[in-house]
Amino acid sequence: MSPRAARRAARILLFLACLAPLGVLLADGLAGRLGADPIRATELRTGIWGLTILVVTLAVTPLRRLTGWNVLGGYRRMLGLFAFAYITLHFLTWFGVDQFFAIRYIGKDIVKRPYITVGFASYLLMIPLAVTSRAAAVRRLGKRWATLHSLVYVAALGGIVHFMWEVKADMSRPTLYALVLVGLLLLRFVPRRPAGFRTAAPPGEAGPTRTRWSRATP
Amino acid sequence: MLIRRAPDIPSSEITPESLYLNRRSFMAAAGFAALNAAWPAARRMPRGRRDDDKPNSLQDITHYNNYYEFGTGKEDPSENAGGLRTRPWKVEVAGEIARPGQYDLDDLLRGQTVEERIYRHRCVEAWSMVIPWNGFPLRNLIDRFRPTSRARFVEFTTLYDPAQMPGQKSAILPWPYVEGLRMDEAMHPLTLVVTGLYGHPLPNQNGAPLRIHVPWKYGFKSGKSLVRIRFTTTQPANTWNVAAPDEYGFYANVNPDVDHPRWSQARERRIGEFFRRPTLMFNGYADQVASLYAGMDLRRNF
Repeated sequence: MSPRAARRAARILLFLACLAPLGVLLADGLAGRLGADPIRATELRTGIWGLTILVVTLAVTPLRRLTGWNVLGGYRRMLGLFAFAYITLHFLTWFGVDQFFAIRYIGKDIVKRPYITVGFASYLLMIPLAVTSRAAAVRRLGKRWATLHSLVYVAALGGIVHFMWEVKADMSRPTLYALVLVGLLLLRFVPRRPAGFRTAAPPGEAGPTRTRWSRATP
Repeated sequence: MLIRRAPDIPSSEITPESLYLNRRSFMAAAGFAALNAAWPAARRMPRGRRDDDKPNSLQDITHYNNYYEFGTGKEDPSENAGGLRTRPWKVEVAGEIARPGQYDLDDLLRGQTVEERIYRHRCVEAWSMVIPWNGFPLRNLIDRFRPTSRARFVEFTTLYDPAQMPGQKSAILPWPYVEGLRMDEAMHPLTLVVTGLYGHPLPNQNGAPLRIHVPWKYGFKSGKSLVRIRFTTTQPANTWNVAAPDEYGFYANVNPDVDHPRWSQARERRIGEFFRRPTLMFNGYADQVASLYAGMDLRRNF
C-alpha cells in the first residue's frame, strides 16, 4: 500500500470511528435501550463524546511533536469538526427536545445556571472555529488563524467546568478530563525542538523545520 | 400479603380506570350545568394534571435508581444490588424510646397491615415517577417503640457494608447514608415504611428489605435498606446536607418556587413522558402536609 493509500485508509477508519458513537446511540434509541429517560441519556452520551473527541483533537499536536509523525496533523480538522458535531447534537437535544424550545425557561437557565452559562458560552466559542476550519480560511487568516484557534483550549476548559458543575457528587470522570487537558496544555509549553537537535539528521534533511501548518488540508 | 388501599390517598389517585376513560362522554352528557357545578372543585385542583398519574412500569421503577451505594449511574443499582442479603436482617432501634434494642426484621413487620399506596416520587434532579408501593405508615411502627417526650427527631441509617454495596468502596458520599425527619413528619400518615412494590417484595435496588418514602419531599430524604432507627432530641445530620450544605437542606420539601442553586425545580420530567410538567407544591400533597410548615420560611429551610 502506497503511503497515500495508507493515509486515505486511515482517514476513512477514523471517520467511521468518530461516527460509531452516533451509530450506537441511534441503534440503542431504536431498540429502546436508552433506559427510562432516553432524553437525558442522549444528552449525556452526546456531551461525553463531544468532550472526548475534543480532548483527542487537542492531543494531536502534542503527539505529533513528541513522535515526529507529522502526518497526524492532517486528521486534526476532522476530529475537531466531529467534536463540534457531537456538541451541536448535545445542545440541540437540550434545546429542542429536553426543553422543547421553551425559550422562557431556556433563557432563564442560560443566565441563572452557571453550568449552563459556561456550557452554552463554550459552544458559542466553537462556532467560529468550526466556520474557519477550511483550508481557505486557514490561508486567509494567516497567523491570526492560530491565535483564533487557541480558543479551543478555552472551549474545552469550559466544557469540563460545565461537566463538573453538573455532576452531583461523583467528580471522578470530569476530574479525569481536567487532568488530561492540563497535561496537554503543559505539553504545549514544552519548548520546541532545541536548535541543533537535528544536527545528526540524515543528509538531505534541513535543520529544524517548521511543520506546524505543513498540512492543514486533506 | 394483605393489600389494602389507604383511605387518605386523594380520590383523584384512585379513580377507577373505567370512569377515568369515560370522563369525556360523562362531561358531554352532563352538559353545561354540571360543568358549572364542577367548576369550583376544578379550581381547587393544583396546577398540573393530577388525574393522569399513571404508575410507571416495574421495569422503569427498578432500572432507573439513584442508590449510590450500588454506583452513581441510574442503571448501576439494578446491576450491582443482586449481592445484597436481605435476610436475616436486623434493625437497631435506639435513642429516646422506652424499648431500645436490636430487632429482627420479621419481628418488626409482624402484625403490620401492608397496604398499597400509589405515590408520586420527585427526585431533586427534576425527574419524577409514580410508584405503587406496598407498606404501612411509619407511625404504626413508631407507636410500638413508645418514644419518650424528649424524642423530637428520627434518624434513619442505611447499611454500611462495602462487600455487599460496592459503591461504598469509593468515598463519593460520607458513608453510611443517614437521613432524618422531624417527629411530626415521621408521624404523618403519608410517611410510609416500604416493604414491597407492585405487590412483589421490595427489589434490592429500590431499598430492600425496608425503606421509607416521604412523598412530599425530594427522594433523597427517604432512606433505603435501613439498619438503624434512632430517636433524638436534636436535629440529625443528613448525608446530602453534609456533602453540599448550600444545595441540600434538612427539610428538602418539594417546592417549585425554591430552585436548587444549579438548576430549576419549577418543572420536572415524569419518566415516560416527553414534555416536562410543572412541579407541584409539596409534590401535590400540600392539602395534607402544608400545615406542618405553617409560618416557616421555606426558602431558608429548603
